[in-house]
Amino acid sequence: MLVADRVIAIAIMALSAYFMWHATALPIGWNGMTGGPGGGAFPFWLSLIMLLSAGGVLARSFVQAPSSQHFFDSVMLRKVILVVVSIVVTIALIPVVGAYVALPLFLFWYLRIYGGHGWVLTGILTVATPVFLFFFFEVTLKILLPKGVTEPLFFPLYAMFF
Amino acid sequence: MDTLALLADGFATSLSPLNLMIVILGVTAGLFIGAMPGLGSVNGVAIVLPLTFIVPPSSAIILLCAIYYGAMYGGAISSILLGIPGASTAVATTFDGRPMAQQGKAGLALIAAAVASFVGGTISVLLFTLFAVPLADLALAFGPAEEFALVLLAFTTFVGLGGDDKLKTVIMICLGLVLSTVGLDLISGQPRLIFGDLPGFYAGISFLVLAIGVYGIGEILYTIETSRTAPQVTPAKITLRDLGDGVRTMNKMWRTMSLGSFLGFFVGMLPAAGATPAALMAYGIARSTSKNPKSFGKGNIEGVAAPETANNAASTGSLLPMLTLGIPGSPTTALLLGGMVMWGLMPGPMLFIEQPDFVWGLISSLYTANFAAVAINIALIPLFVWALRMPFTVLCALVIVLCIVGGFAPSQKMHDVWLIAGFGVAGYLLRKADYPLAPLVLALVLGPLMEKSFRQTLISEQGNILAFVERPLSGTFIAIAVLFFVLPLVKYLRKGGARSIAPAE
Repeated sequence: MLVADRVIAIAIMALSAYFMWHATALPIGWNGMTGGPGGGAFPFWLSLIMLLSAGGVLARSFVQAPSSQHFFDSVMLRKVILVVVSIVVTIALIPVVGAYVALPLFLFWYLRIYGGHGWVLTGILTVATPVFLFFFFEVTLKILLPKGVTEPLFFPLYAMFF
Repeated sequence: MDTLALLADGFATSLSPLNLMIVILGVTAGLFIGAMPGLGSVNGVAIVLPLTFIVPPSSAIILLCAIYYGAMYGGAISSILLGIPGASTAVATTFDGRPMAQQGKAGLALIAAAVASFVGGTISVLLFTLFAVPLADLALAFGPAEEFALVLLAFTTFVGLGGDDKLKTVIMICLGLVLSTVGLDLISGQPRLIFGDLPGFYAGISFLVLAIGVYGIGEILYTIETSRTAPQVTPAKITLRDLGDGVRTMNKMWRTMSLGSFLGFFVGMLPAAGATPAALMAYGIARSTSKNPKSFGKGNIEGVAAPETANNAASTGSLLPMLTLGIPGSPTTALLLGGMVMWGLMPGPMLFIEQPDFVWGLISSLYTANFAAVAINIALIPLFVWALRMPFTVLCALVIVLCIVGGFAPSQKMHDVWLIAGFGVAGYLLRKADYPLAPLVLALVLGPLMEKSFRQTLISEQGNILAFVERPLSGTFIAIAVLFFVLPLVKYLRKGGARSIAPAE
C-alpha cells in the first residue's frame, strides 16, 4: 500500500511538472496591460499547488507506519488487467474494422470466454447490441459510428434508412 | 402566490405525454441502476447522458433528474435484498434493512424504504419550491467576484467538511481545475496545454469524457476487483396486506421521517456532503433519539426509514444550488450542470428569468417523478428481485460497450474514447489509493466558470485583487472559504502535528 501510495504521488508530481512546462507557453505572471493574470497562470500555479501537495503525500508516506494491506491482490489484478487490455484492443480495433465488428467481438470475448456464459446468452447479446446501437445512433440520432473497412457493407442499409 | 402560478405552469410542461413518459422511463431506469450493486446515480447519469440526445434538451434534463431520483429509491433494494448497498448513498439502509430481510420481513423493509423515500422526496421538493425563487433572486445580485468566491467556497467545503484525506482532496481539486484549462484560453483565445499540438485537445476535455471514464470504466474495474462471489438474493413477496401494514407502521414515524427530510435537504446542498453522509447522520440521530436504541442494527424499521428519507431529500437538496446558483451540490448534479451547459441552458438565476418554462417544468417533474418512483418501486419489486440475479459480467460488458459508444457519440472523435479509457484506468487507481473523485469531477465542471469569473473581476477592477474581499457578499463567501480551509489545519496542529497523524490517517 505504501509503495503504491508513493508511486502514485510521484506520478502526480511528474504530471504536475509536465503541466507546468506546457502552461509556460502562455504568460504565467501578472499582465499589467489587461489587469489580471495571463493565460498560462491558472494552469501553472494550480499545477504547482498540485506538485507541492503530492510532495506532501510522498513525504508523509516516509513518516507513516507501513500498513500491511496490499494494494493489489494478484488474482484480482489479473482479472482487471485482462479487462483493461480487452478494452484497449477493442478501441484500437474500432477505426480499423469498425464498431460493428469490434464491439460484438468484445462482447463475445467478455461474455463467453471471460465470463463463461452460455452460447444462448452470448449469442443474443452479441447480435442484439449492435442492432440496437445501429438503430439508436445511426438511424435515430444520425450519429455515424466508425466502420473502417466494413463501410461498403453498410451502403445497402444506408439506402434503406436515409 | 407567484410561485404557485409558476408551478402550475410547470405542471403543464411536465404532464405533457412526452415528459410524463420520460419521467416514467427515467425513474424505472434509475431504479434499476440504483438497485445494481456497483452502479449509483452518478454512474447512471454519466453512462446515460450521451443517449439523451434522442430527446429535446429540456426533456433530456428531466430524464436525467428522474434517473437521479429513481436511483435514490433503487439503492435501498439491494441494500435490503443482498445486504450490499446498491449505491453508496444506501449504505446506512443495510444496517437495519438487511437484518429485517433475514428475519423474513424483506417485503416490509422494501415498502418502508419506498414510503420513506417518497416522504423524503416530497418534503424536500416542497422545500425546494419554497427556496428556489428567493435564492435565485439573491443570486441575481452576483457579479463575477461573487461567482468566483462561491466556487472557491464550494471547493473549500471538500477540504473543510469532506471526510477524505485533505492533501489528496487538494490534489484532486487542482487536477480537475488544470484539466478544465486545456484547450483555448477564454480571454486571449490562444491554445494552451495541448500537449505537443495534439488536435484533439483544442476543444478541451469534456466533463462527459472524464465522467464516463471515471464513473463508467473506472467504476466497473473497481467493482470487478471487489466483487468475488455472487451474492445471495433474499426472496421478497409483497401482498396488498403487507402494503397496508407497511403504510400503517410508517404512519407512526413522522418525527423520524421529517427530521431525516430536513436534515437531508440541507446537508445535500453542501458540495462536500451529499446523500451518503446525510443518510448516515439521519440514521445516527434516529438511533440516539429513539426510545429503544438497542434495537437498531437488529432490524428496526426506523433504521430503514431514517436514511431513506434523508438520501432522497439530499438528492433534491443538491439540485437547489445547481439550478439557482450554478454550483452543483453533488457529483451527479455536477454532471447535470455539465449537460445543461452543453445544451445551452446555463444554470443560475438568469435561467429562472429566461427559461421559466424549463425551470418550472423541471421542478414540477420532481413531483411527478416522486409519485412515479414510489408506484413503480412497489409494483416492480418482483422484477427487481429477478434482475438482481443477473450475473455481474453481463452488466459489465454492456456498460463498457455503452461507455465506448457513448463517449464517441457527442464529439464523434476517437480521441475522446481513448481519453475515456485513460481516465478510467487512472480513476480506478486513484480511487484505490483513496483519492476522492467527486472534487475532481466538480472541479472540471466548475473550472471554466472559476477562471472566467476570476479574470473578469480583475479586468473590470483594473487588477485590484482586493475587489474580491471589498464586496460584501463575495467578502463573506471568501471569509467562510478561508475558515473551511484553515479548519483542518488548526485541528491538525492542535493534535500535535506529525506525531499523531499515523493512526489517524
